[in-house]
Amino acid sequence: MSWDIVIGIETHVQLTTQTKIFSGASTSYGMPANENACLVSLAYPGTLPVLNKEAVKKAIKFGLAVNADIAEHSVFARKNYFYPDLPKGYQISQFELPVVNNGFLTIGDNKKIRILRAHLEEDAGKSVHGILNNQTGIDLNRAGTPLLEIVTEPDMNSAQEAIAYAKKLHNLVQWIGVCDGNMQEGSFRCDVNVSVKPSGSEKLGTRREIKNLNSFRNMEQAINFEVNWQIEQLEDGNEIVQSTVLFNPDTGETRAMRSKEEANDYRYFPDPDLLPLKITQEDIDDIRSTLGELPEVSIKRLVEDFKLNDADASIITSNKKTYEFFQSLISEGLDPKITANWIVVNLFAKLNDNELSINESTINKDQFVLLIRRIMDKTISNNAAKKIFDLLWDDPKVEVDQSIESLGLKQVSDSSAILPLVQEVIAHNQAMVEQFKSGKDKAFNALVGQVMKLSKGKANPGQVSELLKDELNKV
Amino acid sequence: MKNLSLKELNLGLSSKKFSSEELTKFFLNEIKISNPKINAFITVDEEKSLQQARDADKRISQNNINELTGIPIAQKDIFCAKGWKTTCGSKMLDNFYSPYDSKVIELFNQSGAVNLGKTNMDEFAMGSSNETSYYGEVRNPWNLDYVPGGSSGGSAAAVASGMAPASTATDTGGSIRQPSSLCGLTGLKPTYGLVSRFGMIAFASSLDQAGPIAKSAEDCALMLKVMAAHDTRDSTSIKQNIPDYQKSLDHPIKGKTIGLPKEFFNDDLNQEVKIVLEQVIDSYQKMGVNFKEISLANSHLSIPVYYVIAPAEASSNLSRYDGVKFGYRAKEFKDLEEMYLKTREQGFGEEVKRRILVGTYVLSAGYYDAYYLKAQKIRRLIAHDFKNAFKECDLILAPSCPSTAFKIGDKTEDPVSMYMQDMYTISTNLAGLPAISSPAGFINKMPVGFQLIGNYFDEATILNFTHQYQQITDWHQKTPGTDI
Repeated sequence: MSWDIVIGIETHVQLTTQTKIFSGASTSYGMPANENACLVSLAYPGTLPVLNKEAVKKAIKFGLAVNADIAEHSVFARKNYFYPDLPKGYQISQFELPVVNNGFLTIGDNKKIRILRAHLEEDAGKSVHGILNNQTGIDLNRAGTPLLEIVTEPDMNSAQEAIAYAKKLHNLVQWIGVCDGNMQEGSFRCDVNVSVKPSGSEKLGTRREIKNLNSFRNMEQAINFEVNWQIEQLEDGNEIVQSTVLFNPDTGETRAMRSKEEANDYRYFPDPDLLPLKITQEDIDDIRSTLGELPEVSIKRLVEDFKLNDADASIITSNKKTYEFFQSLISEGLDPKITANWIVVNLFAKLNDNELSINESTINKDQFVLLIRRIMDKTISNNAAKKIFDLLWDDPKVEVDQSIESLGLKQVSDSSAILPLVQEVIAHNQAMVEQFKSGKDKAFNALVGQVMKLSKGKANPGQVSELLKDELNKV
Repeated sequence: MKNLSLKELNLGLSSKKFSSEELTKFFLNEIKISNPKINAFITVDEEKSLQQARDADKRISQNNINELTGIPIAQKDIFCAKGWKTTCGSKMLDNFYSPYDSKVIELFNQSGAVNLGKTNMDEFAMGSSNETSYYGEVRNPWNLDYVPGGSSGGSAAAVASGMAPASTATDTGGSIRQPSSLCGLTGLKPTYGLVSRFGMIAFASSLDQAGPIAKSAEDCALMLKVMAAHDTRDSTSIKQNIPDYQKSLDHPIKGKTIGLPKEFFNDDLNQEVKIVLEQVIDSYQKMGVNFKEISLANSHLSIPVYYVIAPAEASSNLSRYDGVKFGYRAKEFKDLEEMYLKTREQGFGEEVKRRILVGTYVLSAGYYDAYYLKAQKIRRLIAHDFKNAFKECDLILAPSCPSTAFKIGDKTEDPVSMYMQDMYTISTNLAGLPAISSPAGFINKMPVGFQLIGNYFDEATILNFTHQYQQITDWHQKTPGTDI
């Protein structure tokens, strides 16, 4: 029997505001415990929430970026449950009337993933276990940090699609500047709802929700494990019980945390301490004007205006920093295709080897520009450039022109210097010349290689091919 | 000094007839004498009060004096005051010393008033008799066997017994007006949003509103002038020009119209209360005021609607008292769950628990639509009734309470009869309207008041009408022990 996989994702995106969503306390990360816990964070008697307008602006910005409807009227509600890291005994969230509705993102070959809603809410604090005599401490620094919870329809049908969506969303929220995207620090956390059903069946299977996935790797492993587990259960004649599960990265397994029956009745009701949130068309227009170009548009521009291939274009736009770096290089008059290739192949290889992000790149931009320029003006070959790039990566003080000199990498583009070498190679490699004549193209490349070797790599490869072609025709 | 008005106290201070320190000492001494039998105060801190008094005297000597500078005011123990124990009448907060000032306290401090002490109240403002306080019942100064009303029973009893010139209070369903009526005082519940709720411990957030209890409309005007202010720390605080309430006290009222809701003046109205109200109407008519019958068709639904909405909000507002961060924590427990259960079982009193249970129930899945949502819809209808009524009149006259004060213990076994105490006051909380209770006479030697309800932010007209009535009557000047 074959099965269809159905996946929906809820993502908690921490909004990059200076202060908390309902108080003036700082949102800075990594502070000593409870340093950012003001009286509101501590839920002291008599304290009241006051909405941070920056958080609202960022929510609207996101809504616009996913072509969603921005609600003129939305309402904050209380989600009631007891937990030590939830100081008020309720979380202020949005329930029936969220601020963002009905958007979408596209993944892969133009598949639309519908975004049902995105709502504003406050984060909870953290329980820190075993700090003192096996006691549990509460750190409320994070309590009240603004979150945007983004909820999709169950539109994804494989782990790959789920990852593609999550990566696209992860890029977008950073691109438009509403989230720092730091998954280790919990700025971007996904809950993934997974169910399976017999292929082609209309009826959705019972879902289980995998909570708090904070890396794409974990997400992929967790979904694959969960899908297999569910199929196994169903094939063994068991039923899936709706429940919340946790993924253990050490074992690669998911395990049920609580079933629906044990779930809380959150007793949502509109928060009487906060007025309904009113958003005017003018507010929306103001924010739209700050949105800038979205990755979808940028990618098109790279392909249409700069003739980049789809793969390079999508890597260049996979995050805003890379795109901005690319733009800044192009603005220096560099060739877009060579530049894109150098970023995608050489720079990214170094970054990946060193497990760095583009933000952490230490490459000296001016010298990097010069390096590409020297390839463009044929002073050095691509291979020679790689040698210098290695030096430049290790030491930002390295100067490209000086290195070309000192390493003797300057390319020979003078025909009168190359021609004798070509003639010499033809004279000494008659067998290869015969092969070429009998139609073996590979032999041509081998002959080019011989000339390059003879020139100690300095001959301009383009010129070598041309001269070689001419000379072979004469033979 | 005992029975002087705020204006007279202000005059005495500014003319250096007495100092704030002398005045404060006088009232602290009154508290020493009377509080043991009345139990109006939970916390008195002589040193703190006298320090404020000396600071006020410094201000006065520099001629930096306004209406309340140097005057001791009793503060309901629902207002957080920095360094003061702030209990809200609950064991849950018996060890809670507030690290900050509520907006109301801040405003009194800025005006140079002296905090005379924190007054007793029903636990978390839930009650109509001041019998639910963890700190024991408050006694009515007119007859110590009777309740002073609630929840601001301590604030009312403190003023009625002469232990304080005026006090702050809060009103969620009648908690300013009912004790004012039962203790022969003037008490004003302002429009929802006029006085900041910042630092005022929440009972039912959409209904809670702070206001003054004092001896006269004029004193209430002076108190309100200090209390009313926009506050960015309370999202429901409304930006509003604060009029000079004192100035408009003497505006002419001749030719104005007071509405009489037929739903209040029916056969259910206590006959003795009815007679008192007829005399009030007569007084106003003599001043040239017209009366007109109006209808508040949904007012009979006020009590059931209130007892859905208020407990719903309270059940959530009181979730923060869990023993984790501040306040009471049970001594012994084996795990987190048991800590929660024991802390809340031991820390809350019966009435608070009853309301948390009711509130939790009406918000539960499957009941929300039938109770909470329906109540909200009726709440809107009730507000709409008032809106229509005010097209026909300037103010609405109503009873403050169904009766005069009842004996301590009389209604403690029957919560519903206790809830009926607020049958004439609750609809204005649901609508968010301002209303006052003013003394109107006595029934069997116990005071009784009448209520004037005004349109949104029309406190000035309410105070104006009440003041005019108090110009031709002297009920508000009677004090316990005087011949009545």
